[in-house]
Amino acid sequence: MVRREVFKVAFATIVRKEVNRFVRIWPQTILPPAVSMALYFVIFGNLIGTRVGQMDGFSYIDFIAPGLIMMSVMNNAYANVVSSFFGAKFQHHVEEMLVAPIPNWVILAGYITGGVLRGLAVGVVVTAIAMCFTHLRVSSVLTIIAILLLTTVLFSLGGMVNAIYAKKFDDISIIPTFLLTPLIYLGGVFYSIDLLPPFWKAVSYANPIVYMVDAFRYGLLGTSHTHLGAAFAIITLFVIALGGYALTLLERGTGIKS
Amino acid sequence: MNALEILGLEKVYANGTHALHGINLQVAEGDFFALLGPNGAGKSTTIGIVSSLVKKTAGTIRVFGHDLTQNWFEARSLLGIVPQEINFSQFETSLEIILNQAGYYGLPRPLAMERAEKYLTQLGLWERRNDLSRTLSGGFKRRLMIARALVHEPKLLILDEPTAGVDVELRRSMWTFLRDMNRGGTTIVLTTHYLEEAESLCQHVAIIDHGRIIERTTIKELLATLPTETFVLDLDTVMESPPALPQYALRMRDRTTLEVDLARGQDMNDLFINLTHSNVRIRSMRNKSNRLEELFLSRVNRNPEPEKGNGQA
Repeated sequence: MVRREVFKVAFATIVRKEVNRFVRIWPQTILPPAVSMALYFVIFGNLIGTRVGQMDGFSYIDFIAPGLIMMSVMNNAYANVVSSFFGAKFQHHVEEMLVAPIPNWVILAGYITGGVLRGLAVGVVVTAIAMCFTHLRVSSVLTIIAILLLTTVLFSLGGMVNAIYAKKFDDISIIPTFLLTPLIYLGGVFYSIDLLPPFWKAVSYANPIVYMVDAFRYGLLGTSHTHLGAAFAIITLFVIALGGYALTLLERGTGIKS
Repeated sequence: MNALEILGLEKVYANGTHALHGINLQVAEGDFFALLGPNGAGKSTTIGIVSSLVKKTAGTIRVFGHDLTQNWFEARSLLGIVPQEINFSQFETSLEIILNQAGYYGLPRPLAMERAEKYLTQLGLWERRNDLSRTLSGGFKRRLMIARALVHEPKLLILDEPTAGVDVELRRSMWTFLRDMNRGGTTIVLTTHYLEEAESLCQHVAIIDHGRIIERTTIKELLATLPTETFVLDLDTVMESPPALPQYALRMRDRTTLEVDLARGQDMNDLFINLTHSNVRIRSMRNKSNRLEELFLSRVNRNPEPEKGNGQA
């Protein structure tokens, strides 16, 4: 059989398996972000938001909606890959792929696509919830699509690297808890970085999540604090670097071969 | 052509354990080959490297002439692996597991479904195709691993302790299945602790100990080197003690079963004549099944572990 055909079928198989997995356990994968999002909108949007007033010229609930959607997308893209690949390692069924005639880049691409699809699926659900509370509009469809794809790919890659290194279940919650959550919360989801003192504003620009949230907010609201081109360049660089790193780890057999 | 060729295979684990010391092994196409060895001898490490699950330190592996490193696509396509430990997703059904594995080997969905039905049926799992794998019994899980390894119809099937922990009936049915596979042209390599299994199934055997191949021969030749062979005689008469025949090593297993060690050169006809003269009537006779075991132990015991750090013998 021609290699390309084998790789194509293998890739489709991994993606199908990943999608089946997160759809099968939808109460753990799709439902929680929907519930959290509804609570965020009720508490921060309606109850607190009305007292906060305007932010960057928008009502508070409208301002935070893009960030909240992005937060769900990021968390779920990451969570999908880290839990699925670590689960495959833990139960040893990753070996099903390692013995097969498929290269590591196909395995990586399959898992990343699974993460992207879960991120996007959750994004659709939380956007639908957001529309119950806010008047979302679309400023730039292309920006929205591009930033969603790049962000989900990046966070899926992050999940893959975490899963490769993880040796026990605790290891797959350390990075999300102690690194991602602070970066996301400090990434301009709930506030405009213009509100920060100059020093902390400069520090915030070192946080790549600021660029993702800001670019996505631009796609919806048409307002941005960062240069859109710079945002895409930074995210693309991160994707290339983390993608190369994840592939190198798989090629070396780190965490999966003795 | 050799189905499997292993040349100078070395493995040193990160903790310094020197698991394989330059193993050389050839398995001819169509063979049913047993790799025997005590725990920790290097069987699973060898299988792990052939399966691409363990990284080799040095050496060459060829599968039907395809180098596993250079031509990994061709080599892996020809290989089917049944590992020792259960290694499928506990949350997928038997059918999903088989279809996924078929997909990893590039089988289009309709063909994958056809093969899944074929092998799940042959291994008695078709009725349970929609059961989650974690709900299957140990025996069914073993069969599922074999079905999974066969779905792409490999030319070389490697089984690492395939019948470990399964009951006698299932073991026998798996033997029949594997014999049929071998007759159908599939080369089979198995590691096993059940030496009766190797004796019953295999044509050739290699014994590995302390990471070295210490014997590589046919089962028949190996058994021919036995200094004695033990036979079990079921008697028609009840006896309290063995007949007085000093030229034979006789002992009662129970009051109607006699065991005799027949040294090489001793004649079976003479034994029967002598027993008849002693008024012992024999209803049936069989080999004692652990004869290969005795031989295996004698080989392994005379190969003491080299001191750590020693090079290749």
